[in-house]
Amino acid sequence: MEIKDIEKLAKLARIELTEGEKQAYLKDISAILGYVDQIKGVLAGHETSPLRLTEDLIAPRASFVSGLKNVMRTDANENISGSNTEALVAEFPRKENNYLKVKKILEN
Amino acid sequence: MKIDLKNLSIKKAHEAMMSGEYTAVDLANAYLENIKEKDGQIHAYLEVFTDVLEQAKVADERIKNKENVTLLTGIPIAVKDNILIKGRIASSASKMLENYKATYDATVIKKLKEAGAVFLGRTNMDEFAMGGSTENSAYGVTHNPYDLERVAGGSSGGSAAVVASDMALVALGSDTGGSIRQPASFCGIVGLKPTYGAVSRSGVMAMGSSFDQIGPFAKTTEDAEILFNFIAGRDELDSTSVSFLRRQESSSDFLDPRIHEDDRGKKIKIGIPKEIMKVEGMNPEVLKNFNESVERLKKLGYEVQEISLPNLSYSLAVYYTLIPAEVSSNMSRFDGVRFGLHVDGANGVEDYFKTKQAGFGPEVKRRIILGTYILSSGYYDAYYNKANIVRDLIRDDYKKAFEKVDVIITPTTPDSAFKIGEKINDPIQLYLEDIFTVPANLAGVPAISIPSGLEDKDGKKLPLGLQLFANHGEENILFSVAKSFESN
Repeated sequence: MEIKDIEKLAKLARIELTEGEKQAYLKDISAILGYVDQIKGVLAGHETSPLRLTEDLIAPRASFVSGLKNVMRTDANENISGSNTEALVAEFPRKENNYLKVKKILEN
Repeated sequence: MKIDLKNLSIKKAHEAMMSGEYTAVDLANAYLENIKEKDGQIHAYLEVFTDVLEQAKVADERIKNKENVTLLTGIPIAVKDNILIKGRIASSASKMLENYKATYDATVIKKLKEAGAVFLGRTNMDEFAMGGSTENSAYGVTHNPYDLERVAGGSSGGSAAVVASDMALVALGSDTGGSIRQPASFCGIVGLKPTYGAVSRSGVMAMGSSFDQIGPFAKTTEDAEILFNFIAGRDELDSTSVSFLRRQESSSDFLDPRIHEDDRGKKIKIGIPKEIMKVEGMNPEVLKNFNESVERLKKLGYEVQEISLPNLSYSLAVYYTLIPAEVSSNMSRFDGVRFGLHVDGANGVEDYFKTKQAGFGPEVKRRIILGTYILSSGYYDAYYNKANIVRDLIRDDYKKAFEKVDVIITPTTPDSAFKIGEKINDPIQLYLEDIFTVPANLAGVPAISIPSGLEDKDGKKLPLGLQLFANHGEENILFSVAKSFESN
């Protein structure tokens, strides 16, 4: 891994980093990846199984590990319209009346 | 009047308030005085609420009118700063949310409000729960009450320190890889990470969503159990929450520890993973104390046997692959648009870059960058998918082990509390502290840390902890064994 990789990742994550931070994270992340690389070894000899979501952690013992299922709810509006508006709007960093104010994205 | 806070329990406080020996206001005042006296040195609270006495008055009214009085009515409790209480600041010890006021109650808070608990304040933590020492707090480190030069542990270090120093009777924390059990161990108290899904996560700020659980801190297992029983249960607002019927059935007699049998009359067997002897960097005092604990359990009549968790040594590697991945997803919501910090850039996109740069501390940024790498298209299979498969293997190890034994024990941490600043510059050293705690989060099983003794170090006495794991939904067995261990 090089500095330009850290810069690319920071761009993907939309974080501005100082030069000092880039150097520090390059060192730390290389070390961490070196450490976590050991998981590659454990799978030698195991067939790669499809990715399992971790929802089944909650399944009772009988269906532990194999008991994957989606949890659904009715597609209904649970809230009374306007009941949370005031509290939510109060947290907007920038607002105008009850609207969230953001920067213009189109040129004139 | 002087209330003996050091030896106070929920039941004792409840009885005293019911009999009129003292009021909830008296009790709250006793804690507030203690906070004033001690917290300047310990720095466990980020904020002590200004309406504590008003809350206590409401509790006193309930008690006076015998109106919905519960064991928790009037009980002073502290809350980790990543759990939402409507209308109050919840900052996750981050500059990102310095002035953020929660717009709703976490489900656990809703339940505690209904029970009549009194919220004392919000406690210090590692920023967004990332860390094991509270040194990553944007508001300064919490000091260990046993030795102020040492850390209280983390990430829920503030919650552990307030209970250990009688600045709250009980507290709530969150545990993603040990963030309740490790500080409980470092501060000489009890800390429980419940089964994944046992407690609703609605209203706790997400760090690793497939790992996070809210749990109690207390001086005794009995208090931890009482608090746990109040906050546990299925919640519509958390689709991963479940009800564990067995626990509910047994909750009516939760104050009677069954010494050697579980609630079906079966003898409880305890397993020791042989792999823990291979753990590097283990303090010999910790090992000695652990062996003493094993002897104590044998004397109590438990059958102790060796078991194997073959993939245990991969736990940390799996954890520190999956956690940054989940962190990088969960942290993306803090973009300065809808709530929290906003820093202006030249355009809308630049606002994101500047807001995150200013709002997040080093460990959070490190995990976001690492997680972005792990989830990038070229490395997703190599890291994220592989780690998930190994996670399954680790869960299988536990499943097999729990066919042989009911409880698995390990030390909570490989060492006692370390010095402030000792490990902050070496993330891997800090991660290695989690070796015994992360497996419970990987497997989703419950685990409790209980005090097991003190180590003499540099003229100070430092607490050590014993950790007990049980199968999914079997917190009752943990409580039973922990109580019999405590009483001997």
